[in-house]
Amino acid sequence: MAWTKNVLRVNLGDATCTSESLNMDWATQYLGQRGLATKYLVEEVDPKVDALSPENKLIMATGPLTGTVASTGARYSVITKSPLTGAIACSNSGGFFGAELKFAGWDMVIIEGRSDEPVYLSIENDKAQLLPAADLWGKSVWETDETIRTRHQDPQMRIAAIGRAGENGVLFACIVNDLHRAAGRSGVGAVMGSKNLKAVAVRGTRGVSGDSIRDPKAFMSAVSAGKKVLADNAVTGQGLPTYGTQVLMNVINEVGALPTRNWKDSQFEGANKISGEAMHEPRASDGKPNLVTNAACFGCTIACGRISKIDETHFTVKNKPEYWGASGGLEYENAWSLGADTGIDDLEALTYVNYICNEEGMDPISFGATVAAAMELYEAGLISKEQAGAVELKFGSAEALAQAAEMTGRAEGFGKELGLGSKRLCEKYGRPELAMVVKGQEFPAYDSRGIQGMGLTYATSNRGACHLRSYTVASEVLGIPAKTDPLVSDGKAELVKAFQDATAVVDSSGLCVFTTFAWSLEDIQPQIAAACDGDWSLDDLQTMGERVWNMERQFNMAAGLTAEDDTLPKRLLEEPAKTGPAKGKVTELAKMLPEYYRIRGWSEDGVPTKETLARLGL
Amino acid sequence: MLRSLHIDPKKCTGCLQCELACSFEHFGAFNPAKSVIRVFNFHQEGRFVPYTCTQCAEAWCLHACPVDAIRANAETGAKEVIDALCVGCKVCTIACPFGTVNYSQDTGKVMKCDLCGGDPQCVQACPTAAITYVDADWTGLERMRAWAARANAGAGESAQA
Repeated sequence: MAWTKNVLRVNLGDATCTSESLNMDWATQYLGQRGLATKYLVEEVDPKVDALSPENKLIMATGPLTGTVASTGARYSVITKSPLTGAIACSNSGGFFGAELKFAGWDMVIIEGRSDEPVYLSIENDKAQLLPAADLWGKSVWETDETIRTRHQDPQMRIAAIGRAGENGVLFACIVNDLHRAAGRSGVGAVMGSKNLKAVAVRGTRGVSGDSIRDPKAFMSAVSAGKKVLADNAVTGQGLPTYGTQVLMNVINEVGALPTRNWKDSQFEGANKISGEAMHEPRASDGKPNLVTNAACFGCTIACGRISKIDETHFTVKNKPEYWGASGGLEYENAWSLGADTGIDDLEALTYVNYICNEEGMDPISFGATVAAAMELYEAGLISKEQAGAVELKFGSAEALAQAAEMTGRAEGFGKELGLGSKRLCEKYGRPELAMVVKGQEFPAYDSRGIQGMGLTYATSNRGACHLRSYTVASEVLGIPAKTDPLVSDGKAELVKAFQDATAVVDSSGLCVFTTFAWSLEDIQPQIAAACDGDWSLDDLQTMGERVWNMERQFNMAAGLTAEDDTLPKRLLEEPAKTGPAKGKVTELAKMLPEYYRIRGWSEDGVPTKETLARLGL
Repeated sequence: MLRSLHIDPKKCTGCLQCELACSFEHFGAFNPAKSVIRVFNFHQEGRFVPYTCTQCAEAWCLHACPVDAIRANAETGAKEVIDALCVGCKVCTIACPFGTVNYSQDTGKVMKCDLCGGDPQCVQACPTAAITYVDADWTGLERMRAWAARANAGAGESAQA
């Protein structure tokens, strides 16, 4: 089984918390987490609703392997309709919150309606209640975490909260759990804020009983085999623990796919200064490295997390001792969005801004990318210094970035405009083509002119531009599971579909997608099959992944998105890369997209055919 | 030869695999709330520290127990709680200077590390060897080795020079 079979339904309008049984027919078709919660969402929410209205729902869902001894069994996802994209939002987070929710006896929490007053949800095993949060409103994620723990006199609570960004409707606000892990993308924090829900605090002491595992002996053996594969693999056994995802900074720069200065360039001259290697280097100022240690999420035997300390004399934290302690450091995406994309090579400044993103509760990818777009608008003379908050909002200015971060979370001055995201910002200043987004969501850190498969990945991702829906970088750059040429678009449609479907499986299981640097579905399937009732052969899992993908697509189409939204900004389609291995290349989306639709079993307009839907049981 | 748990916090990543293994061994559930080894996260310092019973030779808990429910296992050196005898009076939890004996609401007994009968599951589960099970007389051996390596560093070069 592995599911607790309990769903907590919280109606904020009525202030009620009720327990209901998990729909096991759905669980055996959609597994858990991303898949299962999406099924609940499409059944319960009209795709056309305003994402910030009480009619939208917010689901926090664990997977069947969340909270078990399976390596990386930490994950939970937040599923809702996104205010940033108008499409489905599905943001995945690690840390310890997800496992704690499971230990309290819940597979998922469905949050509906809107509270008149700020509240937070307290869950202690089967006791769930809404408590007043008027005093927490206006507080940061970090203050909220500490205040709730103190109030409950329970240091063992695990807390997921929004910061001021979520309260203020920043469209890329996230939900932060365990201080620096986040359900980061697509503005799920803004949805939570629109519901007047400040935090969810959980304490679970029931655990996941061995009796709930279908075949405990087979499970333990499959889990052990999986851990050995992770330990023996060069990426998950060495690269990630040592450098975190930041192991990629120099690699991606070398292949000419590190988007720089709002994607005007594809290589950053300062990449080595903000890389994983640089985080290990002793600083000139105090002789200490930026990185303090690596850290694991719950149950993870990889431990890619970064814990950093900022140089106390750095301009960002001088006389601000509250930022002198250790906290979550830079991962590759954040180092890129806050750094290369803005042309800033100041590692300490990027670390500080990353702290602020965690503290205020905003997605550093979208935030950094929005600042990058604003910098291009500023340099084009479309935003004045006064409008920008009395700073030179130029590429390379760490001062401008730090001030923008502080102002955005608090929705002060120009921060209010940044909080709308790059699409709306660039539209406002008359240059919509400068917004580096798909479906309104900002890109992550891979230039598709140099990694062609990522172009198709971005264009077709159900939640807008994203690297975590099909990470073809694994194949195209790292050779996992097999090397393909990053500059060639042939064959990428098939690759993207395979990655998309497999990732949907991982995201529905409770496991972390980073395991797939080492694990294939062949390593994951025995763990799921041993834990869960139902038919979970490799074929069943792959079909389930494809089912989830198509279901998300259907939600988006019903929300009003069409094939016209499966596209990229002009810059990636028409402006060739200027330097590096991809010099002269554009993204060959027009070659890949029709083939992708065909392989997916969709019409030329990107609509799943009746046959496809029937085959997938949709 | 007795063995001891040996903990090197520098190697700990805070993953809690030890807690999961411990609770599964003793309670058949993945449940950190039931683990008798606990990992503490000193967030501001970026340190993770696993902590559990050190199996004192003259164990306070054992001497404090009014019903003789805590006994030394001669083979492993573990001070074990005999559940059939424990009355849940919690005097041992007061006596232990380290806080490593604790009461369980579910069972009405106290729980503490019993070294899993000589095959500690936390050791098996730890992915970074932050927890090892070594000769009880030589828990300092690895630290000595590290210092020895430093003490001798460069000796070869100076001899050749």
